[in-house]
Amino acid sequence: METSVSTLTRPPTAATDSPVRRSSPRRAGGRGAWKGLLFALPFLVGFLATYVVPIGFAFNQSLQEKKSSGLGFGPTQIVYTGFANFGSVLTDAAFWSSMARTLCFGTVQIAVMLGISLFLALLLDGVAARAVRFFRAGLLVPYVVPTVVSSLMWLFLYSPTGSPLHDMLARVDLDFDFFGGLNTYLSLGNLLTWQGIGFNMILISASLQALPRELYEAARLDGAREWRIAWSVKIPNITGILVLTGMFSLIGRLQLFAEPLLLRQIAPESINTDFTPMMEIYDKAFKAGNYQYAAAESLVLAVVTGILAFVFYRITNRKMS
Amino acid sequence: MSSVATGGGVRPTRRAVVLTTGLLLLFLLYSLAPTWFLIVSSTKNQTDLYSTFGLWFSSNHFGDNFQQIWQYHDGVFLRWIGNSILYSTLGALGSTFISLAAGYGMAKYAFRGRGVMFATVVGASLLPSALLAFPLYLVFAEIGLTNTIWAVLVPYFVNPFGVYLGKVYADSSVPDELMEAARIDGASELRIFFSVALRLMSTGGITIFMLDFIGIWNNFFLPLFMLNGERTFPVTLGLYSWLQQAQTARDMNTLVLTGSLLSIVPLAIFMFALQKYWRSGILMGSLK
Repeated sequence: METSVSTLTRPPTAATDSPVRRSSPRRAGGRGAWKGLLFALPFLVGFLATYVVPIGFAFNQSLQEKKSSGLGFGPTQIVYTGFANFGSVLTDAAFWSSMARTLCFGTVQIAVMLGISLFLALLLDGVAARAVRFFRAGLLVPYVVPTVVSSLMWLFLYSPTGSPLHDMLARVDLDFDFFGGLNTYLSLGNLLTWQGIGFNMILISASLQALPRELYEAARLDGAREWRIAWSVKIPNITGILVLTGMFSLIGRLQLFAEPLLLRQIAPESINTDFTPMMEIYDKAFKAGNYQYAAAESLVLAVVTGILAFVFYRITNRKMS
Repeated sequence: MSSVATGGGVRPTRRAVVLTTGLLLLFLLYSLAPTWFLIVSSTKNQTDLYSTFGLWFSSNHFGDNFQQIWQYHDGVFLRWIGNSILYSTLGALGSTFISLAAGYGMAKYAFRGRGVMFATVVGASLLPSALLAFPLYLVFAEIGLTNTIWAVLVPYFVNPFGVYLGKVYADSSVPDELMEAARIDGASELRIFFSVALRLMSTGGITIFMLDFIGIWNNFFLPLFMLNGERTFPVTLGLYSWLQQAQTARDMNTLVLTGSLLSIVPLAIFMFALQKYWRSGILMGSLK
């Protein structure tokens, strides 16, 4: 959930830096404008230390490999091997399938989640104000629950012993294996959807309320049914925001890590150590001890994420202009 | 489905109201049931956990579980909660201050390179922070800072999205005329920032603080990468370590469940106290 706030955010548009604002007291080249840099300095130093340096350092590491001398009995030493690690990562089937798995799964899961959020937001649009407050508070409870805790709760609910879900399914003679085959994706998807619907419902609700009332007042006077208004007036007017939210959620999904890692505790044979790219990186670094390879994988993942973000940003900007 | 709230022309049919409310109640149940399960489970002992229905109470053992948690490894759980509060408070304070200063600098001074900086901030805030966890670990390991509080605090201090919000708030809440007036009165730029601008940006500051605090409290991967001594763990990582032990020692399960419930409490109190800000914060963070 940690990522949700930042990943659901829209890219700031040019509007916030409008020309009117530029005429602030300290013009470019004006006396004392450099003082602004002083205020930005702590951030800039921090940015250098936590963004630029780590990326450079990781890049340097990724050009090296651990080699043991002789027949593999001698002491290991670190040697520069150029782009060998990147070559291996680029042809690493497990790494790319974790990427493809996460993206495909993420696309479906996000579509379902946003669909439900939209549905709930439309329902909320149709009940009395007092009830709205009540439902909104209740539906937002999962947002307050930390990722690790919500994963733990569902882990216990999915586990074959002592779970009320299993008890209830058994009562109707259903023996459902939450981690059998494709069910793994259902279970993980349910967990992520449960976490996200309330938060996204609030976002969609806000954009629904921002729609000018005249848009559908006329249709209502003409006697159009509410579901009809929702379908042909409300939804088309917020499609842009839905697509945007979806795209940036997907970027967040690419870093999926904590939830599958926790569920793996009870389903190690369904959720492998290379289930998502981040899990693969974690495993390579801390279980296999191959920092150099993990560094190369991190950078490749960063580049893929960057490309996705850039493409989405361009698509959005084109739509808006 | 039309209602009093929308003041529509068509009266809602009774059936529509029942259907709408019913569906909402269904999803409300879905949202609340797992937390309910957690509450119920925290009152059960190991035997009841596996032998009684999970969504309803049997004999109450919450006190025993509570005591067991407090005593486990000399009260390590309390230490974890303390660590979470410490990391979240310090991390969010630092990040808020740095973000407000940088945002203010960018909004109010046309220094050379401001455009590039703004583009970098926007670009960096689009990237999820998880991406950098491993490269950060490499650097911190190199300089020997892993397993210290700095390994988690320093990365939290730098939050490009906070800087972006800081700029938005500075743009909208600090009038240029006021700064000019203060200058004429002989106030230094630093003085203007600390005694005029910061006060005007306080609402924005609280929003940034709150978003950071929640983000840090929930963060899992950064501590997982950086910390390996049990006593430095935040509560999220501590619960994960209990869960791992529970796979071989089943009697850890009551600890995991009760601990999970307890770990929500401080965050819930925090969010409740700042309720007014976080709704605007969510919208700020997503729609601006």
